[in-house]
Amino acid sequence: MSKIPVKMTVNGRAVDDLVEPRLLLVHFLREKLNLTGPHVGCETSHCGACTIDLDGMSVKSCTVFAVQAEGAEITTVEGMANADGSLSALQEGFMQEHGLQCGYCTPGMIMRAHRLLQENANPSDEEIRWELSGNLCRCTGYQNIVKAVRYAADKLNAQREAAE
Amino acid sequence: MIPGAFEYHRPTSVDEAIALMSQHGDEGRVIAGGHSLIPMMKLRLAEPGHLIDLRDLDSLRGIQPAGRCIEIGAMTTQQEVAVSELLAEACPILREAALLIADPQVRYCGTLGGNVANGDPGNDMPAVMQCLDASFVLRGPQGEREVRARDFYEAAYFTARAEDELVTAVSIPIPPAGHGYAYEKLKRKVGDYATAAAAVVLTMSGGSCESASIALTNVGQTPLFAEAAGQALVGTKVDEAAVARAVEAAKDIAEPVADMRGPEEYRTHVTGVMVRRAVERALTRARA
Ligand SMILES: Cc1cc2nc3c(=O)[nH]c(=O)nc-3n(C[C@H](O)[C@H](O)[C@H](O)COP(=O)(O)OP(=O)(O)OC[C@H]3O[C@@H](n4cnc5c(N)ncnc54)[C@H](O)[C@@H]3O)c2cc1C
Ligand code: FES
Ligand code: FES
Repeated sequence: MSKIPVKMTVNGRAVDDLVEPRLLLVHFLREKLNLTGPHVGCETSHCGACTIDLDGMSVKSCTVFAVQAEGAEITTVEGMANADGSLSALQEGFMQEHGLQCGYCTPGMIMRAHRLLQENANPSDEEIRWELSGNLCRCTGYQNIVKAVRYAADKLNAQREAAE
Repeated sequence: MIPGAFEYHRPTSVDEAIALMSQHGDEGRVIAGGHSLIPMMKLRLAEPGHLIDLRDLDSLRGIQPAGRCIEIGAMTTQQEVAVSELLAEACPILREAALLIADPQVRYCGTLGGNVANGDPGNDMPAVMQCLDASFVLRGPQGEREVRARDFYEAAYFTARAEDELVTAVSIPIPPAGHGYAYEKLKRKVGDYATAAAAVVLTMSGGSCESASIALTNVGQTPLFAEAAGQALVGTKVDEAAVARAVEAAKDIAEPVADMRGPEEYRTHVTGVMVRRAVERALTRARA
């Protein structure tokens, strides 16, 4: 099959390339753009390790073809740090609250939690669990992941209040 | 898991999409959210030679009142269904069912049109549509027609839709104000299809049941409209005896297959439990 051109914006950078239509977005990001944050866990659309932000939605990048992302704005975990290189509130939360052990699920967890906090700045613990239910973690038992998201929500809310 | 090779098409109008479907016949396949199709392509259970992507067809998106119905465009996502104020007000069973589908990531991508067109007995929206007596708007080279959800499903993955027809919208008669509703689904975990599920919409007047509609998910080759189960409630106070008759009528038509969710007897039993819970919850929500 002939390759076709795709253009998208990834972590604020314009990228274009020629791809085979069957190339999955996760492989495009990892192998063509060297963005290895999106992990391949299950390959069957269940684990959420490959979650990225695509046009304001949390998406499992193993279940989208790169060609479908034509024109999209994409953020991966590599695009999450603050402009000065310091950790974002969510990344800091995962560190401070021990929200990871092996770290395999972490990029997906952070990207999903990022979208959650855009949509709901002050989620309850129950809402955090519900909204992260498409992301599996085999290490932490989730408790500290919920705490990490809570940490980030509190920090961001405090920053917003201070700015007002 | 790498899908087979295909050619990718991205039509910018419904007519162009239909022309591509006619041109490629059984080699072609439309892709909406891709969250049933891509997993099947990875397993090579589907190997289309041509993928026709509907994502630029904005005319297939949106939720609008249309007379006594609500019309939902086929490309409207499950997430959009779940957060719609209009639906929360007029037809809240859709929100309840949408939130029981998969997980947040899947709901951002998966579309209502894809869910009802797919034909997998595990999909949740088909039974909800049968319960609501919705119709699917189909458009093909010969023009447009409507097929009731209750007539649409023929066998697993076989529907009344012709190969070159697109589902453009779902048209749902607005249930009467004050109706009670519930969608009850037993699943083993988030992201699982139903062991059994039941959709119920009913209306009460002066303490007795005026109308009742019940449909079942994943306990047969197709979604099942449980007409006799609904009728068992009409004219009653929805007391224990009536509920027991509805439960038996639903179990009578259930034909689940044994799978990792359990043997037939168990899944039939669960069908009854889901019907009971859905009827009881619908009753608490109905205005007498
Ligand atoms: C982990 C996981 C869990 C899931 N759990 C559930 C669940 O519990 N309940 C549930 O109901 N679903 C579940 N799904 C499926 C999901 O809801 C799908 O998104 C949905 O079934 C199909 O919608 P889609 O837009 O993704 O369609 P696609 O995958 O793009 O298409 C599905 C099929 O429908 C056809 N099609 C799509 N749109 C149209 C149209 N407009 N006209 C004609 N044909 C069309 C396609 O050609 C294809 O054959 C799950 C999926 C995953 C990955
Ligand atoms: S690798 Fe994409 S969901 Fe598991
Ligand atoms: S930290 Fe190991 S899978 Fe989550």
